[in-house]
Amino acid sequence: MSILITSVIIGLILSLLALGIFISFKVFDFPDITVEGSFTLGAAFSAALIVKGVDPLSAGFIAFVGGMAAGALTGFIHTQFRINPLLSGILVMTALYSVNLHIMGRSNLPMPGSDTIFSRLGNFWETVVGPNHKMALLGWSVDSKDLLILLVSLLAVSLTGILLRWFFRTHIGTAMRATGDNAQMIRALGVNIKTMIVLGIALANGFVALSGAVLAQYQGFADVQMGIGMMVWGLASVIIGQAVVGESGVGYLIFGTILGSVLFRLLVAIALRLGMNPNDLKIITALFVFAALILPVLLKRRKGFFKRKDYA
Amino acid sequence: MLSVTNLHKTFNAGTVNEVQALRGVSFTLEDGGCTCVLGTNGSGKSTLLNAVAGAFFPDRGTIVLDGVDITLWPEYKRAQYVGRVFQNPLSGTAPDMSIAENLSLALKRGKPRGLGRGISGKLKEEFCRMVKPLNMDLEDRLDSPIGKLSGGQRQALTLLMASALKPKLLLLDEHTAALDPGTAAKVIDLTQMIVTRDRLTTLMVTHSMQQAVNMGDRILMMHQGRVAYDFKGEYKQRLKVNDLLALFEELRRKDAIDVSVATLLTNKYV
Repeated sequence: MSILITSVIIGLILSLLALGIFISFKVFDFPDITVEGSFTLGAAFSAALIVKGVDPLSAGFIAFVGGMAAGALTGFIHTQFRINPLLSGILVMTALYSVNLHIMGRSNLPMPGSDTIFSRLGNFWETVVGPNHKMALLGWSVDSKDLLILLVSLLAVSLTGILLRWFFRTHIGTAMRATGDNAQMIRALGVNIKTMIVLGIALANGFVALSGAVLAQYQGFADVQMGIGMMVWGLASVIIGQAVVGESGVGYLIFGTILGSVLFRLLVAIALRLGMNPNDLKIITALFVFAALILPVLLKRRKGFFKRKDYA
Repeated sequence: MLSVTNLHKTFNAGTVNEVQALRGVSFTLEDGGCTCVLGTNGSGKSTLLNAVAGAFFPDRGTIVLDGVDITLWPEYKRAQYVGRVFQNPLSGTAPDMSIAENLSLALKRGKPRGLGRGISGKLKEEFCRMVKPLNMDLEDRLDSPIGKLSGGQRQALTLLMASALKPKLLLLDEHTAALDPGTAAKVIDLTQMIVTRDRLTTLMVTHSMQQAVNMGDRILMMHQGRVAYDFKGEYKQRLKVNDLLALFEELRRKDAIDVSVATLLTNKYV
């Protein structure tokens, strides 16, 4: 049971990453691989600052801003120098690897016993119910502290989702979505597409870095490798979410992305529990996303095939 | 008032694919007039429209709109003065977004876009008023994605969106060419209605001579990157499709003569 709770918590933390991917990939149709660097960037900022004694919430905020700067750089390289989106992302991601090592000072930075969001929540809970308080949930005995963390994460992520939905329905947010949907049209309506892309990719990487920052605080360390495969991970969440809620309004898609992240994390936890080799995790994620990307195309082709038969 | 002076544009200069699309185009549009641009394929009529819209910068020449030199303004900046409808009915609207959202985007053309709500109850009432004259029963479908509509409906909405804020200049780029004849006629009627009602200065590229004869008060006939004929006032009113056809034939013959004379001379002297 406690493994399920942990999975849901990590799923919620990674849903911030998935929201970032949602913005770059779904809203802007921009395959942004900067994510793999900015995720680690967020974690590195978070860990390095907390080890130095900075307040964990401020550390998270600084990570968010750092991620935005990285994303803005990718957007800038793409729009100003007309470098292909993927390549722009690869350049920034590669550069970030060195940046992250500098921030952390080494490749793995643990923060044992440091003051994090989660240690604060735990301490607060201990003053309320005492240490090691257990509680029955569906017949299992679970640490009530984990449940509290789960609830707080859920609340925080829901708030973020609501905020993002509000943003994408404002005038500027609507213009951003239109930029990804029909650039020619929105340019003719007086929107500077370059600004929109820079802003959007910045926002996306802000969320990704925040996700990395919170994950580092949750697991108690930052690692320079922790961003690897994160883009595909986020894509999987976005795709699952879309499959669950369908192609509807932006609010549903945001909700679906969060749900997709939690579901995917749970799926992985169950698969690992059933004896899947953890080394196979990335290849299975990649295969999953590949399948999800080609399935709609294949289905359409089949339909076309049947149609032709009908006419014959 | 739009003044275009001595506009030149060469694509792929210095290569085998060099195209001299505009070779010194000059004209002035009076306020509130509707001008049709006719021309053979490759005469530069679409290039002219794109130059005015800002899709590229001309090599030489100036474009002045209401006393403001916009020659080197980027496309998005010109949009505060210019409304546009494209040839492709899919180009003018964002397919995955609702009708209401598209209209909301259009009502902010060229204006700063802030954190205000894109769609409110009050705006929706206005959208209803806007789509009512189309007679397409779109009032109840404001929240459905625009991609689900037909090409004609989308083009009508694009026209509505382009003219919503009464632009100083309305650019129509063969906006009925991709529609079936019935729908095209409807869209033309709508164009005529909006253009006369709001007295919009309009530049409309068309390949249909019938449209050019029926609509507007002026015809610019382009040929080989220049304005070959300019009909206004009573001349324009008296012009018939047959007259235009004859003029095109004349232009074509002139070209043919040029080529044959050139060969004749080369054979003789080179």
